[in-house]
Amino acid sequence: MSEAVVKTNRLSKEFVRDEFHVMALDEVDVEIHRGDFLALMGPSGSGKSTLLHLIAAMDKPTDGQIEVLGANLRQLSDKQIAHWRNEHIGFIFQSFNLIPVLTALENVELPLKLTKLGKKDRLAHAETALKLVGLGDRLDHLPKQLSGGQEQRVAIARAIVTDPDLILADEPTGNLDAASAEDVLTMLTRLNREFGKTIILVTHDPHAAKFATTVRHLEKGQLLPVGALPADWSSAIAVRN
Amino acid sequence: MAIPVTYNVRNLIVRKTTTIMTAAGIAMTVAVLLAVLGLVSGLERAFASTANPLHVLVMRKGGNAELTSLLTQQQFQIVKAYPGIATGSDGQPMASLEVVSVINLPSVENAEGSNVTLRGLSQRGIQMRHLRIVDGRWFNPAAREVTVGKDIAKRYPNARMGKQLRFGRGLWTVVGVMDAGDSAVNSEIFADGVQVASDFNRQDTYSSAVVQASDAVTAGALIKSLEADRRLNVTAMSEKDYYDAQTVSARPVQFLGYFVCIIMAVGSCFAAMNTMYAAVARRAKEIGTLRILGFPRGSILWSFFIESLLLSLVGGILACLLVLPLNTVTTGLGNFVTFSETSFNFRIGPDVMAIGIIFSLLLGAVGGLLPARQAARKEILTALREI
Repeated sequence: MSEAVVKTNRLSKEFVRDEFHVMALDEVDVEIHRGDFLALMGPSGSGKSTLLHLIAAMDKPTDGQIEVLGANLRQLSDKQIAHWRNEHIGFIFQSFNLIPVLTALENVELPLKLTKLGKKDRLAHAETALKLVGLGDRLDHLPKQLSGGQEQRVAIARAIVTDPDLILADEPTGNLDAASAEDVLTMLTRLNREFGKTIILVTHDPHAAKFATTVRHLEKGQLLPVGALPADWSSAIAVRN
Repeated sequence: MAIPVTYNVRNLIVRKTTTIMTAAGIAMTVAVLLAVLGLVSGLERAFASTANPLHVLVMRKGGNAELTSLLTQQQFQIVKAYPGIATGSDGQPMASLEVVSVINLPSVENAEGSNVTLRGLSQRGIQMRHLRIVDGRWFNPAAREVTVGKDIAKRYPNARMGKQLRFGRGLWTVVGVMDAGDSAVNSEIFADGVQVASDFNRQDTYSSAVVQASDAVTAGALIKSLEADRRLNVTAMSEKDYYDAQTVSARPVQFLGYFVCIIMAVGSCFAAMNTMYAAVARRAKEIGTLRILGFPRGSILWSFFIESLLLSLVGGILACLLVLPLNTVTTGLGNFVTFSETSFNFRIGPDVMAIGIIFSLLLGAVGGLLPARQAARKEILTALREI
């Protein structure tokens, strides 16, 4: 079995809102290996995005351990995390989150600004990434001049331009029409199969989850065993049968 | 590497109305400062141009103004015989005994009249000052004729070529207009010293003497010698020191200008702060995205701080453009030493504009620091969830 890219041990996250304590993740143990394409599914509030945020070090766990690409994220400083994230993580958002005043090329070049590459190399890398997602002819377009599907492809180019080890996608097809969603998912599949990228996809869309090699479900902050479905899904299937 | 400045520039362009309004507010504040500085700088330049580094002014003991000074013909004879005084082509010492008084003339701005310096002097006095006639000629000795400074001719309708002025014991005809460059002499009226002394009944006691030292070192020695001479009992000083002291007349305007400027600066800082807080709030999601891409908090802080500086720089440049036309404006300021009005041009030079730009950047820095800090302190998830 290939090396574990993500390894958690009794990982918990509790949110305190006013006087209410919400257990978003409850002692989750998961191992994700290099080259995996994992779909995390679950209803709203099940904790799937929280788990993704903890893996990306965008948030800190309340309890438990998390090791991503060999780094114990709880031990890294704010600045180290920023550097680590730039080097190892590519993130794709549901709402694309492109910088509206920058062109497609500049948006994709942005993460490379934190590397040692010179301007010429940065632009060459960014152009290659955009060509890879089929937007070689849209380099100088601003996000508002692109369709939703194209915007998400720019976001994918931005996520892969630093050649990260891990791509995290949070509902990447949530704001797209069916055709664009299909394109994006196909692209993620290609990145996984052809380029060996480890991908964690958070989705509540079963069709999107089909593109992944592994599907895991979360329910009320707990990760269900491999192959297990949430209770309401099981009863719905039983009724249908 | 930092977040590209293009990001900030384009954001300022996208929010052009807010940018222009805020920059205009900053521009107003900086313009007030520049106008005050331009006024002071103009006055300083006028006095600096008047002062010849080789000229030594001799007045009565303790005197600090020619107007209130008394110097007799006898004292002058001793003074001009001093060694170290340069001689003219005729072999005579470069020394001029002068009588200084003020006369009242109605100006274009003040119908009731303003005090103007009248200087009675000899041809030697004119020769020592490197002046140029731009219209007409110099006054004739022993005649009731005057030659006026170009600013006098401009600001006082009664003192234009061919007009007659009533003072002393009769009417004096304006026979010429002189140009003294940027010097305060442009605000004076020159006439024959003997005739003025006669009309003002001061044949024995003139006001002061100007002597020209042969070189700068001698000028210093000459001042010391004249002051130490018990026969004379006079105060001697370089023309530069004399005119430097007169810039004090700009102090009240300077104080008022700075006071207004400080109050406006506080307002401008808040305007810049408000604009930047709005920018931070509107771009929360972008801040979160930049953080996820790997930009540390310091980069975010620096980026928003730079944006505030750029915003204020626009204000500073606007202010410079706004006050540049003042360079052509001639104004007058009451002089507390001579009790007369000194005319001069505003001077908005590169040094004054550099101060304005630095001041505008300071406003941007003060106004932008807290919003930039707020942007940098945002937690990623909180930032991403903000709309």
